[in-house]
Amino acid sequence: MEHKKINPELGQLLNKWKDKEGNLIMILHEIQNHHGYVPRELSLELSKMLDVPLARIYEVITFYNYFKLSPPGKHRIALCMGTACYLRGAAVVLNEIKGILGIEEGQTTKDGLFHLDVVRCLGCCGLAPVMMIDNKVYGKVKKSEIADILSKYIKEE
Amino acid sequence: MAKVISAKINGILLRVEEGTTILEAAKRVQIKIPTLCKHPDLPASAACGICIVKNKGSNKLLRSCCTPLEEGMDITTHDPEIVEIRRTVIELILSNHPNDCLKCARNNQCELQNLTADFGIKEESFPQLLRNLPIDQSTKAVDLDPKKCILCGRCVHVCQESQDVWALSFLERGMQTRISPAGDIQLSDSPCVKCGQCAAHCPTGAFVEQDNTAQVWKALQDPDKYCVVQIAPAVRVSIGEAFGYVGKNFTKKLYALLRRLGFHAVFDTSFGADVTIMEEASEFEERLLHGLRPLPLITSCCPSWVDFMEKFYTDMIDHFSSCKSPHEILGVLSKTYYAEKNKIDPSKIFMASIMPCTSKKYEITRNDEMFASGFQDIDTVLCTRELVRMIKQAGIDFESLPEEECDSILGEYAGAGVIFGSTGGVMEAALRTAHYFVTGKELKNVEFENVRGIKGVKETEIEIDGKKLRIAVAHGLGNVEYILNKVREAKVNNKEMPYHFIEVMACPGGCVGGGGQPYMVTDELRIKRALALYEDDDEKKIRCSHQNPYIKRLYKEFLGKPLSERSEKLLHAHYKARPIYVK
Repeated sequence: MEHKKINPELGQLLNKWKDKEGNLIMILHEIQNHHGYVPRELSLELSKMLDVPLARIYEVITFYNYFKLSPPGKHRIALCMGTACYLRGAAVVLNEIKGILGIEEGQTTKDGLFHLDVVRCLGCCGLAPVMMIDNKVYGKVKKSEIADILSKYIKEE
Repeated sequence: MAKVISAKINGILLRVEEGTTILEAAKRVQIKIPTLCKHPDLPASAACGICIVKNKGSNKLLRSCCTPLEEGMDITTHDPEIVEIRRTVIELILSNHPNDCLKCARNNQCELQNLTADFGIKEESFPQLLRNLPIDQSTKAVDLDPKKCILCGRCVHVCQESQDVWALSFLERGMQTRISPAGDIQLSDSPCVKCGQCAAHCPTGAFVEQDNTAQVWKALQDPDKYCVVQIAPAVRVSIGEAFGYVGKNFTKKLYALLRRLGFHAVFDTSFGADVTIMEEASEFEERLLHGLRPLPLITSCCPSWVDFMEKFYTDMIDHFSSCKSPHEILGVLSKTYYAEKNKIDPSKIFMASIMPCTSKKYEITRNDEMFASGFQDIDTVLCTRELVRMIKQAGIDFESLPEEECDSILGEYAGAGVIFGSTGGVMEAALRTAHYFVTGKELKNVEFENVRGIKGVKETEIEIDGKKLRIAVAHGLGNVEYILNKVREAKVNNKEMPYHFIEVMACPGGCVGGGGQPYMVTDELRIKRALALYEDDDEKKIRCSHQNPYIKRLYKEFLGKPLSERSEKLLHAHYKARPIYVK
């Protein structure tokens, strides 16, 4: 993994927040936005700069869903488990994706190609069960189609 | 003076100071409200929900641990509905707990198990929902089994606030909540200093000492081994608690017990403490009179404190006494001096230390210097709780044992050696001998009352040879910052140092409050244990380490003089900066 350092831009930001109350969350937001996750090296550096123990930083990071501890996958799969999708077999689809990719929800494949999230409603319940990969919507997906859909992204590599 | 309010608890009218919690107030009228998260050492966190009570005229249930009693309140602490709610809360906790009590280190000593028994819960009312989290045995001192954790938060609070170590944290939330070092790394890669205060405060078996009793039983059965043992000062005044005695000194029964268990020779760590004092007081004299190394001198006999310093206060390395801890000194002497004198092959000696401490388990292999005799100087460490188990396994009626003496020559100690077990004790012992080394005169009064007692930071001035010496004593690692920040500030600004001599013990109360001591310790108990040590000192004819005839003989026959080449090689250690996080 490439070694992440606090770049000057981020450094400036830290200075802006350094002495303000509630600075930790604001800075973590910036790091999350910048890198797509909060790298451990940055948390360690932040811990020294703000004199906040790493334990407290991780308590905050893991409390909020928004912060991630590992880099996002290249393609984000968002599978809907809202009521309509659930009733129309989203659970079967989810199991198929998990089986093919060998990951659980919230995880990223080892090659970093896919990240799997389970979400509540993508706003097109008529197409249930619905899945999105990045910005592309796949409606009325069947278990049997999953392997084909995923292989398109794998072939692109 | 605080305002006094009056209210009723279970119909009993009482007057308490404003701000007193309902839980505390109830105790004063002999009512025990059950709780799993509130510990007398710690502020209330309102985590477990078992201590709920009712106030007349309100439907709301109040958590008595964190609700102050108010003027005119009419509190009910126990009625059928409250008992039923408490039972449900316990059942919910059990639905998330392995409930394998028979195989748990806390079996018979578990607060959750006790409450379950008290409430007569005989079946699982809710489906089991267990978390699949791995056991962490990486520290070789304290084991963490997060499956047994009930998320009361005591360990996290102790680790973060009382000890200022911040190895533990609450990660995630809801069903995923767990206690773990930041980022789910192992404890040995975290800031953990192995003090074991997590284990001492855990209500269940989530944190327990790593059990080394099997190793000791095996050695005792091995005809090829010459098993020797030493007991630390703090063990003799706490072990009685397992048999119903509080604040009683069991030194001589312990000697008898250890022989019954099969040890060939029984030594006393207090003798090692006398040696520590000879070396450390000489170091202090050298620094004070010759200025070879800087003042203040800082004590180093607590391995958790050493670990903490090596991680968080590396700028203090030069100030640390290089003298090893008393049990390490006794270990190396048993495999060199004692072995030589008694013509025993040191490779056959198995040395077990009985300690109030979990950190000593880590200390014995912390670096090559712990092998100064050419062998591992201490083969294993048992904490007080483990020895209690061994006594019971061996079927020995401890209370009725006759009293015996320890073995010569690593046994007979001066009063100074035994007070090591209490906060301020090392300082007092060192001052007794340092006074003699610096002035050549004996003290008329050897007692230094100002360094005794349970206050977190004790600062005082004493006079040696017309020179005023400033002293500081801290116990509980959370109290260190105040003292060392003053030293840092003086260093940075090139000012006169605020102190000449500093003692630090990682655990609250010093070793009497160690992480390996019997459970449910409170300040009241720490004080009683310490008083028993001061009584032992008071009853000794010889109260200063340098007057101990056996210490004199040790130096005459073997070590030469304090800080001699041989002393330096066997009894002294070096320190280095360690990363706070390995990963």
